[in-house]
Amino acid sequence: MAKKMHDTPMLDQLESGPWPSFVTGLKRLANDEGKPYADMMKDLLGQLETSYQTRKGYWKGGTVGVIGYGGGVIPRFTELVNENKEPKFPEAAEFHTLRIMPPAGMHYDTATLRKMCDVWETYGSGLVAFHGQSGDIMFQGCTTDNVQKAFDEFNEMGFDLGGAGPAVRTGMSCVGAARCEHSCANEQRIHRTLVNKFLDDMHRPALPYKFKFKVSGCPNDCMNAIQRADMAVIGTWRDDMKVDQAEVKNFVAGKGRKYVIDNVITRCPTGALSLNDDDTLAVENKNCVRCMHCINVMTKALSPGDDHGVTILVGGKRTLKIGDLMGTVIVPFMKLDSDDDFEQLEEFAGNVIDFFAENALEHERTGEMIERIGLMNFLEGIGIEIDPNMITSPRMNPYIRTDDWDDEAQKWEERKAAG
Amino acid sequence: MSTAPRMPIESGVPDPFPYMHPTLKNNFGAWSYHDRPRPGVLHHVAKNGDQVWTVRAGTQRQMDVYTIRKLCDIADEFAEGFVRFTIRSNIEYMVTDESKVQPLIDKLQGEGFPVGGTGNSISMISHTQGWLHCDIPGTDASGVVKALMDELYEDFIKEEMPNRVRITTSCCQINCGGQGDIAINIQHTKPPKINHDLVANVCERPSVVARCPVAAIRPAMVNGKPSLEVDEKKCVCCGACFPPCPPMQINDPEHSKLAIWIGGKNSNARSKPTFHKLVAAGIPNNPPRWPEASEVVKKILGAYKENAKDWERMGEWVERIGWPRFFELTGLPFTKYHIDNWRGGRVNLNASAHIRF
Repeated sequence: MAKKMHDTPMLDQLESGPWPSFVTGLKRLANDEGKPYADMMKDLLGQLETSYQTRKGYWKGGTVGVIGYGGGVIPRFTELVNENKEPKFPEAAEFHTLRIMPPAGMHYDTATLRKMCDVWETYGSGLVAFHGQSGDIMFQGCTTDNVQKAFDEFNEMGFDLGGAGPAVRTGMSCVGAARCEHSCANEQRIHRTLVNKFLDDMHRPALPYKFKFKVSGCPNDCMNAIQRADMAVIGTWRDDMKVDQAEVKNFVAGKGRKYVIDNVITRCPTGALSLNDDDTLAVENKNCVRCMHCINVMTKALSPGDDHGVTILVGGKRTLKIGDLMGTVIVPFMKLDSDDDFEQLEEFAGNVIDFFAENALEHERTGEMIERIGLMNFLEGIGIEIDPNMITSPRMNPYIRTDDWDDEAQKWEERKAAG
Repeated sequence: MSTAPRMPIESGVPDPFPYMHPTLKNNFGAWSYHDRPRPGVLHHVAKNGDQVWTVRAGTQRQMDVYTIRKLCDIADEFAEGFVRFTIRSNIEYMVTDESKVQPLIDKLQGEGFPVGGTGNSISMISHTQGWLHCDIPGTDASGVVKALMDELYEDFIKEEMPNRVRITTSCCQINCGGQGDIAINIQHTKPPKINHDLVANVCERPSVVARCPVAAIRPAMVNGKPSLEVDEKKCVCCGACFPPCPPMQINDPEHSKLAIWIGGKNSNARSKPTFHKLVAAGIPNNPPRWPEASEVVKKILGAYKENAKDWERMGEWVERIGWPRFFELTGLPFTKYHIDNWRGGRVNLNASAHIRF
């Protein structure tokens, strides 16, 4: 006889309303009699309803993995047990997640998605998240016995496990050059170059803590890389931005001078724009900081220049332990056209990860390490020269020894002379 | 004799081109401009004149296979069998024939998937795991998002905000949800409750001591067993000790509250990226629909919508009008907890005679 559905009066209240309901989806799976996951999803609903009633979580971690890898599966075992230490919701007592890396840019053909569903219907819960916050497809809800079988099927399809624990994590890149005229970089190639170079550090976690790569094709940073990634790669350009003056005139004619002055000219953060008397645009490119605002507003008239490359920032992370940190500019501009350029990128990332592996404390992110040791020690460690683009202002306190000022000034003059 | 186990193929991140819509593939790196013909639709034009219309729809992120197959059926019928997902779990269909846009929108809406999330809308809320799958959650994620998106539905399908609004939720203070124009995050208000019988067996004590940002944890013998104790006067209730030491239970059905933060921005457009700032706390963690939290969120959104200028993100708006005016417009109380006394907090104090009257 089919297992009975648990009463879920609180979850039921999340079935109404215009937004698609995950509860309706969970129930669809739980009621899918004859499918291997139906009873598991009944008990999953039972445990989730309990959380809603008591306002407590009931999962604990553990050790579950696949042969050959040390990470990438998120083990979950129920903590809800009766007086005899037996699980109250036994069919969902093991509910592990497989993190699977999507194609860069999260593109799919429906045949692939359908095949993923078939695999997950056979070995898992039938519940999938597109995508988790770190950018993985999250196949949620698998017994310990089925983890290897499910992984083998996904792996044969050409998909690999993502990162978890103190490891290089799954990366993310924006849609970029595939569909966006703002793209200044080959985002998918950067993303794949970086993550795929360090798969050993992803699949066999042995770093001090997590290390994330994220790639945005322009400074709009749709991947939130500066704020979230240990190494953020942001597309940019170093020649003049492109202005189609005929389209500028069209835009001014359509929207009016006031709109253009209020929403484009005066919104430039460095005052680099001016509207000419003939409704063309004057741009002081030397003072443009590539913020993207005017280009975002006037998509047809304005676009990034042609001399593309990337800015690299290191050390972004969220709160724990020392507070929020944005990434810091470490490479103001790197050309990324040729294979040699991409090797240089790999080498840079390798130097950062090696330095991190050797110098960070346990559970310390790159940003925290840099905060602790100072930017200069980090730069010396990875062999990068200082650059005034790394700072918002020079120091404001005098607590520094400057004995060898002349030598340091000489280095600057020599670097300047070398161009 | 046992057979050798199957070893993984370490293939890494898949090449996206085999999974990419042909028009996107053909015009890779060769797009000219875009516009938005209506909310939920992007229209991109390539340098060679190729055009693609992208229809964006919201999903519940945590999807059953039937929902995914339904989304696939729609792609097969209207969009040449290709889709992609955005960072905020919206699905995107690309069509090269403009006449298919409206029927696709009708189909998506008919199947219950709201079309929107583009331009100056409130896009889908970024979403963590919560009670459904996390081992340290103070609240749920999917339920909070569903409840809020029901309330904000009209602003998802329309583009009527001053600029885009990106909302995040996080079910603990690690804040996997990230920065947002509005962030709704757990804020614990009581120190961890320690099960001293379990600490010695479960926790690596020195590394737990090292996790604490305020050095409030020290090793101790309790009831003859090696354990840890917390200096409750120092403790900031962040919960950093809980993941490495589950017997230090930080989650509390009553005292784990919700806090609301605003003004986070990831983009470099106009101003540099910013972190969100605390505006409200002490909000009850009240499933299944968290009405008190959504009330505060709607109040903030209402003030922003009414008062911000075009293209101002939430944080840029407050930067222009000043925080006293923000608290006045929203009616939210200003408390001593808004004043930062963490390291570097002085930078947030007003060291000027700039006062608005």
